[in-house]
Amino acid sequence: MARKRPQPPAHKLPLFLLSFFIILFCVGVFVDEPSRVLEQSWQICLSCIGIG
Amino acid sequence: MEFFRNWFQAAILVLTNASWSFPFTRSLYQGPLKVLCSPGLNCYSCPAATVACPLGALQQLLLSIRMNLANGQFYLGFYVIGSMGFLGAIFGRMVCGWACPFGFIQELLHKIPSPKFSVPRPLRYLKYAFLALTVIILPLVVINDFGMGLPWFCKFICPAGTLEAGLPMLFLQPDLQRIIGTLFWSKFTILLFFLGWSVVASRPFCRTTCPLGAWYGLFKKAKVVRLTLDEKKCTHCKECHDVCPMGVKFDESPDDGECITCLRCLNQACRFGAIGLEVGGLPLRAGDIRTIKKES
Repeated sequence: MARKRPQPPAHKLPLFLLSFFIILFCVGVFVDEPSRVLEQSWQICLSCIGIG
Repeated sequence: MEFFRNWFQAAILVLTNASWSFPFTRSLYQGPLKVLCSPGLNCYSCPAATVACPLGALQQLLLSIRMNLANGQFYLGFYVIGSMGFLGAIFGRMVCGWACPFGFIQELLHKIPSPKFSVPRPLRYLKYAFLALTVIILPLVVINDFGMGLPWFCKFICPAGTLEAGLPMLFLQPDLQRIIGTLFWSKFTILLFFLGWSVVASRPFCRTTCPLGAWYGLFKKAKVVRLTLDEKKCTHCKECHDVCPMGVKFDESPDDGECITCLRCLNQACRFGAIGLEVGGLPLRAGDIRTIKKES
């Protein structure tokens, strides 16, 4: 009789995703994306909030 | 617990909008904290905002992607998606229930005494379309002669932006009142629609339209902090249906993408210890079975 393969614990997937998004975050930091985000968030885009 | 959650929501609202010097500066906060992405929906053009809106930041990066790449800048949204994914993989839509300022505003409005109605279930799928279309595809694809797109969700829909940024800026800079037009009034109508709907229905914007809620909902089966159902203890009494602000039938779908982990079902409904909370696969708090034993 074939042995049933043990299922991986359900909490492995969130930890994998967590690691993936941390790496993505670090890549973003490496290419200096935060400075672009900061630059954008300091300026007010009037048309983006429905004015103009 | 509900009392604690409401205070936590209020604290997040204040912390993400903690720059109270705007009546004097008449402008936005321009400090270093704005590099951080807000966990919930909070417009970064709000004069008091101290952090960036992840949806606004992502759209801005995507709409200018061609120009950035042409300039050798590889701004592909990794930082923002990484931030959103990090929170999603840990909390999922718990962020909506505990740390979203606009969600909190809707909850406060729903406390106003009035007839209450449910939100039709099929409308829940709309928010995934809003995420795909107005946050990702349209900003990337519809471009002008300079290769720049538009922040479709912020520009044409976001009621949080109108409430937290559009209206305050009109009061802070009265000259702007002369240039408002159809766009502003259409967004103002959307805001009034959702504020009015929030009085008679629970969290209608979160359930039907919010792209950030849709994003966090994608982590429904893969998040560190989650509610669990013990099928052996569940009697299907349906009391968890009555207390859920998101219309989740927890005994039928414990991994529902609408669950904001507000813990009402755990603390206010289930008397049989069928609902528990686990962190990373470890039970943090099992339902209290003593309650049912006492009653019997």
